Amino acid sequence: MAAEVHALDFVLVVLLLWLGWRALASADLFKAVVQFIVFGLLVSLAWVRLGAPDVALAEAAIGAGLAGALLLDTLARLGRKGATDEVRPLGLTPARAGIALASLGLVILLVASVLALPESWPGLTAPALQQLGASGVTNPVTATLLNYRGYDTLLEIGVLLLAVLGVWILDAEAALPAAPADPMLSLLLRVLLPLTVAAAGYLLWVGAHAPGGAFQGAALLAAGGVLWHLARPLSLPASRPVRAAVVLGFAVFLGVGVATAVFGGGFLTFPPAYAGAVILLIEAAAMVSIAVIMVALFVGRPAQGTK
Amino acid sequence: MSLGLLYGLAGIALVAMGLYAALAARHVLRRLLGLNVLGSGVFMMLVALASRTTEIAGRPDPVPHAMVLTGIVVAVSATALALALLRRMHRHDDSARLPEDRLP
Repeated sequence: MAAEVHALDFVLVVLLLWLGWRALASADLFKAVVQFIVFGLLVSLAWVRLGAPDVALAEAAIGAGLAGALLLDTLARLGRKGATDEVRPLGLTPARAGIALASLGLVILLVASVLALPESWPGLTAPALQQLGASGVTNPVTATLLNYRGYDTLLEIGVLLLAVLGVWILDAEAALPAAPADPMLSLLLRVLLPLTVAAAGYLLWVGAHAPGGAFQGAALLAAGGVLWHLARPLSLPASRPVRAAVVLGFAVFLGVGVATAVFGGGFLTFPPAYAGAVILLIEAAAMVSIAVIMVALFVGRPAQGTK
Repeated sequence: MSLGLLYGLAGIALVAMGLYAALAARHVLRRLLGLNVLGSGVFMMLVALASRTTEIAGRPDPVPHAMVLTGIVVAVSATALALALLRRMHRHDDSARLPEDRLP
């Protein structure tokens, strides 16, 4: 990845800052959310420029796509009155001057510390690449996520599990008034869903040696699920299979950790000979769970008796 | 100016904007947008600083990339839970503002 700065980078940074501010300061919350979605897409371009295609894939699908869908859904449920805000929502008032000064102070501290860092730095790239042979995969980001720092990823799936439990614990909400059945949406669903599943499987497999992996695959699957819900409303928390799918990823990951602790070199220390297969197993289970959890987060807990 | 420095400074600006909006806004949805922009700024700083290893090691540092990937997923799940809490508050109190921000 080229390290020089192009004119494109300046354009991108200016657009990012402008859209980021408009996403916060637009008086109309609907406009703000739409600008936030576009902002997310531009952020994923920034990841590509910075040589992080794995992050770009996740950002485009999760950061911009799913977060945008969640925000728009909530906005629709708030109704016209709930969605209105002040005319100048972030206008400077005496009470906000302190917050503005504190933010400015943080900027000064952060800029000073970033400028104090050396321009070039060995980082952890060399150790990460040296151990790649024993990690079971050849994509260093996947190796970091599933092998070197498996704890982080295990706990991350735990956080997802907690989030969906939190959403399910809250009282049921009435379904939004159903839109009339749209033949185009049904057709789109029929064409896109198999493609989504195939692409997710491909991302899962390719993650071992190229940008991709469980999170990116899960994000695609979740997008397919959200589309499904929009075309034919789903009722997710009701069934046992859904609960099983939600805990599958965490259970498999934890099970592998316990097994390696009992029979192997320690918790989540994979033997190099089986590491590739173990990682694929964990990633497949995690992909299913993450996708189902994300769709469940979107669907929420529909009231009894509604479809 | 290096790529890392440019995007690192942009990340700092996003952190400041997001922090200001999260604290100053009254509508909870706008506060959440602020937190998300703040998060994007932190991720951008991490990935920008990771690109500093390109000259010495030949590629950006994969460890911050993995951390950001984890962070994006955690951020969206936390946002989803917060939005569910916001919808519940709105159902029960008929307001999308926290009690201390409501008009008397």
